[in-house]
Amino acid sequence: MPKLTIDGKEIEVPSKTTIIQAAEKLGIVIPRYCYHPALPVSGNCRICMVEVEKQPKLQIACYTMVANGMIVKTNSPKVLEARKTVLEFLLVNHPLDCPVCDQAGECKLQDYYMEHGQYDSRLDDTKVKKEKKAFSIGPTVMLDQERCILCTRCVRFTDNITRTNEFGVFNRGDHSQLDVYPGKQLDNNYSGNVVDICPVGALTDKDFRFKCRVWYLDKTKSVCPGCSMGCNITVEWDKSRPHQDKKTRVMRLKPRVNPDVNDHWMCDTGRYDYHFIDKNRILTPQQGDNLISWDQAIDTMAQTIKPLKDSGHLNKIGILASAQLTNEDLFLIRKLFKDTLNGSQIDFRVPQSLGASDDFLLKADRNPNTAGADLILQPAEDADLRDIIQKARNGGLDILYVFGHDLVKLFGKNTVEEISKNVKLFIFQGSNVNETCGYAHLILPSAVYAEKDGTFINSQHRVQRIWPAFTPLGESKGDWEILSLLSAKIGAPISYPNSEEIFDDIASSLALFAEMSYEKIGDQGMMLWY
Amino acid sequence: MEKIISRHFDQENSHRLESYLKDSGYEGARKALTEMTPEQVVEEVKKSNLRGLGGAGFATGTKWSFIKQTYKPKYLVINGDEGEPGTFKDKYILEQDPHAFIEGVIITCYAFGSHKAYVYIRGEYLKSIERLQAAIDEAYKNKFLGKEIMGTPFHLDVVVHQGAGAYICGEETALLESLEGKKGFPRLKPPFPAVSGLFGCPTVINNVETVTCVAPIILKGSDWFSKLGSTKNGGNRLFCVSGHVNKPGVYELPNGTTLRSIIYEHAGGIRGGRTLKAVIPGGISAPILTPDQIDVKMDFDSLKAIGSMAGSGGIIVMDDTTCMVWAAMIASRFYAHESCGQCSPCREGSGWVYRNIKRIYHGEGQTHDLTHLPGIINNIGGNTICAFGDAVTMSIGSYVSKFRSEFEIHIKEKKCELCMKKQGIVESYAKINH
Repeated sequence: MPKLTIDGKEIEVPSKTTIIQAAEKLGIVIPRYCYHPALPVSGNCRICMVEVEKQPKLQIACYTMVANGMIVKTNSPKVLEARKTVLEFLLVNHPLDCPVCDQAGECKLQDYYMEHGQYDSRLDDTKVKKEKKAFSIGPTVMLDQERCILCTRCVRFTDNITRTNEFGVFNRGDHSQLDVYPGKQLDNNYSGNVVDICPVGALTDKDFRFKCRVWYLDKTKSVCPGCSMGCNITVEWDKSRPHQDKKTRVMRLKPRVNPDVNDHWMCDTGRYDYHFIDKNRILTPQQGDNLISWDQAIDTMAQTIKPLKDSGHLNKIGILASAQLTNEDLFLIRKLFKDTLNGSQIDFRVPQSLGASDDFLLKADRNPNTAGADLILQPAEDADLRDIIQKARNGGLDILYVFGHDLVKLFGKNTVEEISKNVKLFIFQGSNVNETCGYAHLILPSAVYAEKDGTFINSQHRVQRIWPAFTPLGESKGDWEILSLLSAKIGAPISYPNSEEIFDDIASSLALFAEMSYEKIGDQGMMLWY
Repeated sequence: MEKIISRHFDQENSHRLESYLKDSGYEGARKALTEMTPEQVVEEVKKSNLRGLGGAGFATGTKWSFIKQTYKPKYLVINGDEGEPGTFKDKYILEQDPHAFIEGVIITCYAFGSHKAYVYIRGEYLKSIERLQAAIDEAYKNKFLGKEIMGTPFHLDVVVHQGAGAYICGEETALLESLEGKKGFPRLKPPFPAVSGLFGCPTVINNVETVTCVAPIILKGSDWFSKLGSTKNGGNRLFCVSGHVNKPGVYELPNGTTLRSIIYEHAGGIRGGRTLKAVIPGGISAPILTPDQIDVKMDFDSLKAIGSMAGSGGIIVMDDTTCMVWAAMIASRFYAHESCGQCSPCREGSGWVYRNIKRIYHGEGQTHDLTHLPGIINNIGGNTICAFGDAVTMSIGSYVSKFRSEFEIHIKEKKCELCMKKQGIVESYAKINH
């Protein structure tokens, strides 16, 4: 392994490492526009030039391979001067529209100018005007050719990652402009990623444009609940300025780097499916048409369950759990209905119609925690959720407790009407209003993933953590907290101070989770023990 | 004086095989293929001091010897893009003596074991393309190309490719990209073409004129050739003289002939007996020379020593009627127009420099322009992917440094006498907006 010195610090790295990668290992971040760790090297922006001893010219750090005994300087006067020079060239034809540019605050031109530029303008000449200012290039992305610095990250993304080849650089010299090929639209399920990798305000997201200035955003690590891939994401939200974007809290989702799961990317299906967090939420417990308190709601449930418990008719309880729930939620369902109220019928496997999928990130199973639900609830192989529904229709159940599923969508209106008639207590616990709510006797508002602390297990069987960005909306509560309240009311209390302790319990009772903890899972996840 | 490259130019039907065969045509190739090993051919060319006549002046034999034996096919790519302003020599070779060129291609391919050669010709050179293709067809018919060339086991195919009109495609790696069907963007180096060139295979890229010199070297020996030129720069080359001379044209002269003798003896001196003001010695990218520098010997090393370059052999002569701000504007407009736009210093810088000089030319310059301009020009070179950026810096920089006083006049007086005199011509140029 070659040993080299960067800014006086020695480091040994594998051969075929580039200077920019080696420097990163030492915590030295060399500025970059065109370089992106997940894309092929293009070497066109020239901002990453560094001084390599015995080389007459500055070398680009993104392309130059390390060599034994190499001495690199990333902040010599020559290097700093070159950075200034490159910035000056990049800004020669760049419009000064920062005040109205949506990228402001996360723009690498702004950032590097403040860090490495700060020169006095030498420009007395007119700027080159590009053809198109802000225009739509597809269903989700807008392009501003003037702001583009032609780093070609987006071109390389669509050429090499999605292989959909929508982008090209047209014309020559300072008349070069980025565009989609004639007759093409940027319309693939990963198009949102080009906005993430664009270092400037050339590509912006129609969903996010002008909704919120980025410096108001708080960021919370999470995992996309959109499918069983479990792409690592960051929930970006703002509660301090409720007047913007109709009082919604979440402004956008961004992919979070995890080389073992989603690398730097996420699909559009997941990216734009966050509006349910703030819209159409159930805010208070409800019995029929009446808003009730949590005490009343829990009482109502306990009053129906207790006699069944005392008389031993526990098979009159049907539970429709969900693979949208966290492992912690599911573990409480297991403890309450499998251990304490042993005999209840539990399943979570709805006869779903699978969604579209591809060979990249999007999975057909649209639940984030199917693997977790399988392991924790361990439903009988031959049983089916349909059996429980059948029983509920025939009056074979006193209680049907549904977690989030829209039964009307799954089984049709008539079935749900019959269930509502024949079951004594039909409970719907979920975060958002759906048609099934109209038939449920008791509606309990639960938290969404962005309000929860917990874990999901993705299709690779990787346990991944989600963090609460903010408190549950209205009076809604986390699913396991509701179950905990219920357990106390029926005289078999299952009580935890937080979800971490539930997870510790899972780890000690299920072998596959042995010795796992929130700390060990961290923000990159941990594989189950097989 | 003995002519090598242009020896057939004034013969009737010189482009026909029949005519070429009369003067020991294809005998060099026959000698190489039947009497010499590939290694001997490479050695012979090395000893001849033949250097790349496209502009870089790299030792040709040495370049061939970089090709290592691999399982991959090896390619010869001929650079006939000839985009350097002031250069028009390859055009004459391909039109007047295409068989001499083809013979060179055969020997070159034999020397490093290639069985396929691509000839990339400037898109506008329709006659060159037509004549070369006709000559290739003749050569195939007469067993000089194709399988079992001249009864030997050696086989070779030659493909002609027409460029699409970009100066940058004369840069060898941009040429390869273009040949592969992509946009003509220079590649990052290393790897160099000798390791990974066309289609990722080992590739030699030679200029048309360079290859044309190969057959005479094999036939007459490296000693004879090297003695023709100067110490480290063997043979003759074609000098293309244009501009304010009495007899512009292509002149074959030994390397090392002085610039003075080319201008005043061969090209007949300055038109109308006027005085020389400036001369570009090797295509527009070579830094401009002043009259006191024209005793320089025209070879790669001598020109390098005085801070210019021999380049492609395109000599552009300017007399005392030329406004140098105007000349710098025209040159910088060329660079702004032809920058491929791949890397930022050249893309943004070349256009900026042009707009700056144009502004000075039109009398809108400011005194601080002459403080800023050299710095801006200087920041392009050395920071780019290919040598285009260096060319902008060296070439445009030389106008500003050597003719600074003319820039000062344009800034102070908003015009100059020379421009006023040539108003008609100037206006027509000024109308062509970049």
